[in-house]
Amino acid sequence: MPAVSKGDGMRGLAVFISDIRNCKSKEAEIKRINKELANIRSKFKGDKALDGYSKKKYVCKLLFIFLLGHDIDFGHMEAVNLLSSNKYTEKQIGYLFISVLVNSNSELIRLINNGIKNDLASRNPTFMCLALHCIANVGSREMAEAFAGEIPRILVAGDTMDSVKQSAALCLLRLHKASPDVVLMGEWTSRVVHLLNDQHMGVVTAAISLITCLSQKNPDEFKSCVPLAVSRLSRIVSSASTDLQDYTYYFVPAPWLSCKLLRLLQCYPPPEDGAVKGRLVECLETILNKAQEPPKSKKVQHSNAKNAILFEAISLIIHYDSEPNLLVRACNQLGQFLQHRETNLRYLALESMCTLASSEFSHEAVKTHIETVINALKTERDVSVRQRAADLLYAMCDRSNAKQIVAEMLSYLETADYSIREEMVLKVAILAEKYAVDYSWYVDTILNLIRIAGDYVSEEVWYRVIQIVINRDDVQGYAAKTVFEALQAPACHENMVKVGGYILGEFGNLIAGDPRSSPLVQFNLLHSKFHLCSVPSRALLLSAYIKFINLFPETKPTIQEVLRSDSQIRNSDVELQQRAVEYLKLSSIASTDVLATVLEEMPPFPERESSILAKLKKKKGPGAVSVSDLEEAKGEGGALNGSGDRGADAAATSNSATLSPSADLLGLRSAAPVAPGTGSLLVDVFPEAGPASAPAVSEDGFLRHLDLPPESSDSLLVEAPGESDFEDPALPLPESDDLLYKFVCKNNGVLFENQLLQIGTKSEYRQNLGRMYLFFGNKTSVQFSNFTTSITCPGDLQTQLNMQTKPVEPLVDGGAQVQQVLNIECLSDFSDAPLLNIMFRYGGAQQNLTLKLPVTINKFFQPTEMSSQDFFQRWKQLSLPQQEAQKIFKANHSMDTDVIKTKLLGLGPALLEDVDPNPENFVCAGVIQTKGQQIGCLLRLEPNAQAQMFRLTLRSSKDTVSVHLCHLLAEQF
Amino acid sequence: MIGGLFIYNHKGEVLISRVYRDDIGRNAVDAFRVNVIHARQQVRSPVTNIARTSFFHVKRSNIWLAAVTKQNVNAAMVFEFLYKMCDVMTAYFGKISEENIKNNFVLIYELLDEILDFGYPQNSETGALKTFITQQGIKSQHQTKEEQSQITSQVTGQIGWRREGIKYRRNELFLDVLESVNLLMSPQGQVLSAHVSGRVVMKSYLSGMPECKFGMNDKIVIDKQGKGGATDDSGKSELGGSGKQSIAIDDCTFHQCVRLSKFDSERSISFIPPDGEYELMRYRTTKDIILPFRVIPLVREVGRTKLEVKVVIKSNFKPSLLAQKIEVRIPTPLNTSGVQVICMKGKAKYKASENAIVWKIKRMAGMKESQISAEIELLPTNDKKKWARPPISMNFEVPFAPSGLKVRYLKVFEPKLNYSDHDVIKWVRYIGRSGIYETRC
Repeated sequence: MPAVSKGDGMRGLAVFISDIRNCKSKEAEIKRINKELANIRSKFKGDKALDGYSKKKYVCKLLFIFLLGHDIDFGHMEAVNLLSSNKYTEKQIGYLFISVLVNSNSELIRLINNGIKNDLASRNPTFMCLALHCIANVGSREMAEAFAGEIPRILVAGDTMDSVKQSAALCLLRLHKASPDVVLMGEWTSRVVHLLNDQHMGVVTAAISLITCLSQKNPDEFKSCVPLAVSRLSRIVSSASTDLQDYTYYFVPAPWLSCKLLRLLQCYPPPEDGAVKGRLVECLETILNKAQEPPKSKKVQHSNAKNAILFEAISLIIHYDSEPNLLVRACNQLGQFLQHRETNLRYLALESMCTLASSEFSHEAVKTHIETVINALKTERDVSVRQRAADLLYAMCDRSNAKQIVAEMLSYLETADYSIREEMVLKVAILAEKYAVDYSWYVDTILNLIRIAGDYVSEEVWYRVIQIVINRDDVQGYAAKTVFEALQAPACHENMVKVGGYILGEFGNLIAGDPRSSPLVQFNLLHSKFHLCSVPSRALLLSAYIKFINLFPETKPTIQEVLRSDSQIRNSDVELQQRAVEYLKLSSIASTDVLATVLEEMPPFPERESSILAKLKKKKGPGAVSVSDLEEAKGEGGALNGSGDRGADAAATSNSATLSPSADLLGLRSAAPVAPGTGSLLVDVFPEAGPASAPAVSEDGFLRHLDLPPESSDSLLVEAPGESDFEDPALPLPESDDLLYKFVCKNNGVLFENQLLQIGTKSEYRQNLGRMYLFFGNKTSVQFSNFTTSITCPGDLQTQLNMQTKPVEPLVDGGAQVQQVLNIECLSDFSDAPLLNIMFRYGGAQQNLTLKLPVTINKFFQPTEMSSQDFFQRWKQLSLPQQEAQKIFKANHSMDTDVIKTKLLGLGPALLEDVDPNPENFVCAGVIQTKGQQIGCLLRLEPNAQAQMFRLTLRSSKDTVSVHLCHLLAEQF
Repeated sequence: MIGGLFIYNHKGEVLISRVYRDDIGRNAVDAFRVNVIHARQQVRSPVTNIARTSFFHVKRSNIWLAAVTKQNVNAAMVFEFLYKMCDVMTAYFGKISEENIKNNFVLIYELLDEILDFGYPQNSETGALKTFITQQGIKSQHQTKEEQSQITSQVTGQIGWRREGIKYRRNELFLDVLESVNLLMSPQGQVLSAHVSGRVVMKSYLSGMPECKFGMNDKIVIDKQGKGGATDDSGKSELGGSGKQSIAIDDCTFHQCVRLSKFDSERSISFIPPDGEYELMRYRTTKDIILPFRVIPLVREVGRTKLEVKVVIKSNFKPSLLAQKIEVRIPTPLNTSGVQVICMKGKAKYKASENAIVWKIKRMAGMKESQISAEIELLPTNDKKKWARPPISMNFEVPFAPSGLKVRYLKVFEPKLNYSDHDVIKWVRYIGRSGIYETRC
């Protein structure tokens, strides 16, 4: 870079800046700036040409004023002129002004691009660099479009200077990040890879950033970079600290480059070529060895640089997950860091160990550090490090150490930070469930959990306890005993009361033999907590009471008394009041047999993904799932889940039977396809289940199972993916015909609804044209992907109806609604309905749905008013037998005159009053408009109130229309 | 109630900090500095709420005065107090400037202790304050007990603003009617809004405890008298303006010495005046305002790079009167690159730092006309924004009251001492100034 000569000092600028700095108030500053702007304007007026120096000076002043926060609306032209100067400083200021001030939609962009092109074409490396920097700094789409072809050429050209190559690589990286679609891959990509062999370390560093970014997009194209990167890395690693001269940082050779190389390698699987792999392993070993060496310097920079490489190397080792030797060594290295003075190192060590713990090779090695980690959890001062320690404990837990870890986590929970308590609670709950050897331990743990951190125990946790207790016969008695004891504490958490209420309601009989926990004692204990609880818990307790009546008839009078009290039966809360009233009636009216059936013990819950795990996943976001995924891969099916038959069931309902069934209670794999038919009854805490699906809490299911046994619940669930595979997509749903009839007399409404999707429609017709709006509402909280809809006209309909629409957006967010507009033209009369096919991915499952669109011939009715005389004249004209269609049918709906009138009006034709001699009868007339012809229609509906029958007569100029309309209409009454 | 009071210099450094209540913490001082004085944008509102604390500020030259409170106080009261405080300080040490405040900080703290007690404003009458807060060092050793008790009884007595036993050889009083006239006019000369806010300031050098009665051409009073049949218009107008007899006052406020009960019942203004200078009343009128000047603008855009401006001003009062300090400010577009001005009278100059042409005329008699024309060159910009054409504003001073207010009489009665109304020398002066006097162009 040429040194700035003395004459370029720009005194005027310095004076101006110092003036502004000396201003005492904002007003004074604004005055000074206004004065300067006026001065510059008078200079730029164009009366006389300015020399480069003053142009530069004034542009600089403008830039300074802009950076102070004032608007600048002139001087751009002068800045662009500076680009064509031959002096470095003038060009530099010109580029500076442009990168700061010129926005992409400026008219000047063409001139600027021209200036940049000239500089790129020049042989002067400094000018080329300036131009490249400007492109990168602006980074707009226009820039990308203009130069995306040019820059790769400069990058790979043999005669380009090193510094320019460096700039070009970084510039291209910036453009690729800003507008990836503009930077096209070409033959230059392979040559970019060879930049890794460049002599100049700067070029390699710049190129590797570019390659890493590009290879994440299309890894295959850059596969060849792996051996090059390995050899480069090995050269750096094996070099002595003095070899690399300028690129040695505190005795560490090229630390940034090494880190970047290691990171690039993490984009690819382990190299297949044995030689390359051997070399790489050697490198990694060297890095691990170096970490053991005594530090060459006491400076913190030295150790930072060294550790940075080490941690990247460890991530690479973890990424490969195939070298047991290296994994164990890495683990030991990290173990040393666990007690390091530096907080950041401890944090990083814990974090890396978390991933190491999930590798089968190093899991045992990680476990050896359990004491240190527990110690860290207890004594660490930094909360984020404690959080990592908790994560690591969670990750390293298996059946052998579960008891210890869960106990430690529980005891830590009492003092834990508020920010991580909820997550800790979930983790404890999951570990307890996953590695439970015996259920009494599990129940104890969870109850302890509720006792210690009741506020942080989410609904999911206690639902899960209840699911497990209900599903496992052997633990029920113990659970009842334990909750009974827990409830005896003077102050217990509301969640404890809920669990207690539920379990005693179900299994109180198991401990009723003991006089200390006789039915009345149990009831009184529960009822003593009643008044301290919120409404949902009270509702649950009421249900528990009615269950008590069934379990222990002797408590009936006491409980009825409670239910009858004003505070229950006249409770201001509707839910409580209703429960009290209904339970009271139920208990007093129903016989014991009925009661016993109604209040039978809850059936076992169908096995599904642990709701807690789902919650944890949701909480931690997608990034954290991988950890649990890895865990899953280890096949560490816990004892609790090992119950074979159930696991198999779950696997069968899901589509992923390929994997071992043992882990399916916590089954991540079954998460996506929700088993159909079990729908609304389940404890529905999954994000997938929409708001309209079963009201989640199990206390509702408590009683509901009697009228809706899970097997027979024929909820309108979406077809499971398994079924839809066999289904012809063109076949509409069986109920879609009914749906169609619903819309004969009306234009707006809900066309279809299930647990995932709601389809609303709204339509309007004029003559032979119509427009229909379809609204697709996502009822779940999860995004639908690949959402596509298509309209088909089966058979003849193609020639009869013309439908046009635009595709909808492929993504429908949870709770969002998309709209689609259909334009319909009726070419000639028709009788079929067009089909609407909807396909989308929900979770992992492909959903496919076909419906009939409510487009019927009567939509194109134009009402015609006519007198009685006219009507009968035309009626007689249409007297050919095929022109008439008649149907006599029984009334399905009310025969109320008004209702019928509304329906007839909704149908389309004009309802003619005082035409028929019999006032009971309804007479209508209308014209059906199609593109080709107009079809006159006359209608006569004769109700017979005594027989609850109708006679419908239709006459039209076209026989098919008469028949079809008659058919359609008959369904309406 | 006011929780604390801070005075800052222009840099935001605290010069005076007085906290009256515990709910105002130390950080309040910084909060105001950070959020108002050093705010990114200029803070326009005089009341700022920061973290449930209200800051009321006024600015005098480069000095910020801020009253702080956590309670829901009467904002008008707080501002009245701040203005009063400015008056008091001016009366004690002249101009409010950083240097003066630094030199007098002991005095200011002493004053603050006196005029504000636990956040409640107290007697802020300069005359009364000066009897016991003096700048001449500690005098109390020389003060007799009697004198001290006299001060106490006077300050706490019924007429707190005047001490007894004042004696002048020449009984004299000066009455100033000071008005500022505000106007917004359309380019066609239509008045969009206009009002006059005025003050009657009195300087009295009277002996004893004189009872004064002030009369002016208030419409209500004149009409009442007219009904009563007593058409006593001896004080015929010798001032400029129209010959209208009475004016309608929209609202007025009085100094605490005026007996409000009497004003309410008889509409007569009677009082025992404080000694020295004080503001007797403040008022506002909106009807029948005499506009001393008319501005006729003519702006023509010639292409994209040139603008021609012609402005005519006409003085609209008696030819015998002279207006002074006339200044017309014609805003120029933001992309002005050069200006040529020609004016018949006075001096005109383009001030780039203010983006305006400033035309100054020293003196101008009534019923005259003057003109300026300017050619403005513009620099073409890539901004499509059109120039907003801010209004042309004007400053001036005229020797009459634009509201038409006239002092009819000021009678002085002092029954205990032997001087009568005729012995008092009275002076009346009218000054009309421009407030915001703008004409759109």
